[in-house]
Amino acid sequence: MAKTIIDELIEAGEYVLPGTTACPGCGSTLALRYVLKALGKDTILVIPACCASVYQAIYPKSAINVIIYNVAFASAAAVASGIRQALDFRGYEDVNVVVWGGDGGIVDIGFATVSGAAERNENIFVICYDNEAYMNTGIQRSGSTPPGARTTTTPLGKIVGFKKPMPFLMLLHGIPYVATGNVAYPLDLYEKVKRAKDIKGFKYIHIFSPCPPGWRYDDSKTVEVGKLAVETGYWILWEGRNVNGRIDIKLSPPSRPYLDPAKRKPIEEFLKYQGRFRGFTEESVKRLREWIDFQWNLLKSFLGTK
Amino acid sequence: MVLRDVITGNDAAAWGARLSKVEVIAAYPITPQTTIVEKLSEWVDKGEMKAKFIAVESEHSAMSAIIGASAAGARAFTATSSHGLLYMYEMVAWAAGARTPVVMAVVNRALGPPWNIWSELTDVLMTRDTGWIQFWASNNQEVLDSIIQAYKVAEDRHVLLPAIVSLEGFVLSHTSMPVIIHDEEKVDEYLPQYNPPHYIVNPKLSEPFAYGNILFPWDYAKVRLSIQKAMDNAAEVIKKAAMEFREIFGHWHGDLIKEEYTDGAELLIITMGTVAEEAEAVVEQLRNNGMKVGCVKVRVFRPFPKKEIAKIANEVSKIIVIDRDISFGWDGILAGEVKATLHDFNVDTPVITKIMGIGGDDILPEHIEAAVKEVYK
Repeated sequence: MAKTIIDELIEAGEYVLPGTTACPGCGSTLALRYVLKALGKDTILVIPACCASVYQAIYPKSAINVIIYNVAFASAAAVASGIRQALDFRGYEDVNVVVWGGDGGIVDIGFATVSGAAERNENIFVICYDNEAYMNTGIQRSGSTPPGARTTTTPLGKIVGFKKPMPFLMLLHGIPYVATGNVAYPLDLYEKVKRAKDIKGFKYIHIFSPCPPGWRYDDSKTVEVGKLAVETGYWILWEGRNVNGRIDIKLSPPSRPYLDPAKRKPIEEFLKYQGRFRGFTEESVKRLREWIDFQWNLLKSFLGTK
Repeated sequence: MVLRDVITGNDAAAWGARLSKVEVIAAYPITPQTTIVEKLSEWVDKGEMKAKFIAVESEHSAMSAIIGASAAGARAFTATSSHGLLYMYEMVAWAAGARTPVVMAVVNRALGPPWNIWSELTDVLMTRDTGWIQFWASNNQEVLDSIIQAYKVAEDRHVLLPAIVSLEGFVLSHTSMPVIIHDEEKVDEYLPQYNPPHYIVNPKLSEPFAYGNILFPWDYAKVRLSIQKAMDNAAEVIKKAAMEFREIFGHWHGDLIKEEYTDGAELLIITMGTVAEEAEAVVEQLRNNGMKVGCVKVRVFRPFPKKEIAKIANEVSKIIVIDRDISFGWDGILAGEVKATLHDFNVDTPVITKIMGIGGDDILPEHIEAAVKEVYK
């Protein structure tokens, strides 16, 4: 019988072991599980301050079965650049150097560092698990928080701005590979990481990572929340490559039906699941719809350049 | 082959890094440091130096990148100045905590506002409590020699701490002096290739482990205590490194300190950097005029040469500390350290602070002489 992708996933082994100190239903550990299955053991995770600096477990133990180098908040992509250059100098070019950080460390405070490493086209991965706020410090708003979401610094759900369109910003760096992922679609994520692994240069992957305590939903519903994000068109799964100066962008299979707005579920379906949107207003729904349109229009403009 | 050349302090710093065979360099430009990294990138691009040069987007990233490079087993180098140093401050502390034996040349420059690009020592002295070894150069030869010695000390198994080599902006950085550029093979003999310790970050060489994950206070305190012990060890390692350097290359800039005319001195000047070299010249002249004056150059500020200073201080009747820096609300920074040292060793010699040359104002021999004459009665 031919090997299926499920066989492959099982054979890949486990790198996220029992014993993490993550919250029940954590989207980030789930995403990391599939990312590491794709990357394998010759991988160094560079982790800035984020949930992963805590859920990897407390000294002298580690629940993640690859080398982890913990670093300061804004520094990860630069530390990873240094590790990469040193390994290359020593002839270990086949080791994956991977920044694994939250939206705070990648989209906000670490943005300049990520941008710099991307501009230099360092041969590293930067992977952001986006739980849409500073969860590790207690749910403060980040540049990746959607309009209208309640956080401890927007306690009444004040609309501050759009969510920073990070994957698009990275695409415009002209780097070889950009993709979005979603923990509710593990095979899509696994295959993207595997494809990226064979590409030399800077790889950016942005993963939608629902957070039960931060978003206030039942911790058995992480996958449902992830799916609704795609089905409402709020989160789009795509991958983009820069080939000979041309941006080649592809809508990933789970998101393909939702190119047609008529197929999308109403955004309210996504909102009502989550306590962070409790008592959402018409204005916040309007802003979120704008955000959805903004992303799809951006994407379509790239799709249209072919 | 030994080269004799007339070069700036910045070129001497670049030569120090080149002769140390650094493998990864990450840097960001800032006046007056810029020509160090220009020189290094030129050599790397021309293939005269086998190293990776990472042109990062900030000093914070420069320090981050060399921490990563060092953790992954490379000998790593950066250079900065003033605001650049302060911008990387978080990672400066991180490098010591991570026990990465990197070396950084810092061209001392005053802090803004108002903008000032000239010499003042306050920038590096603000990193006093981070766990970095600090060398202070008095001339361009010492810049070159100290960088080589700094790697020797930093990479010692009993130390494993990062080290700064300070050189003053313009006074050294842009002033040309005769410098001997040592024979490469002799430097290799003194400073063999970096042999990284067992915890190197490389899955091909070690088991999976988590470096720097969360630690409870009782374990954290042990880790921090190990830095203090490493600093204590560094004092002896620095002395040995300086001695061995003298044996091979014939150069002596002092070890933790350098003494001039301290025998029979009644008044002692204690200072650092280029002011120390100038003070030595003034002292020599005053000695010829019959004044019993001596001078101590503090070559290494961390670990602080407490024993050495206390011993000499006990034999003189007055001390002048010249500081080209200030800790606002306290004193000259070196003076504060000297006073604390004397208290520690029950030495009651009076210490007079003279703060001079702030923001690059010239410190002329007559200024030092006037300070001596005012105190020496």
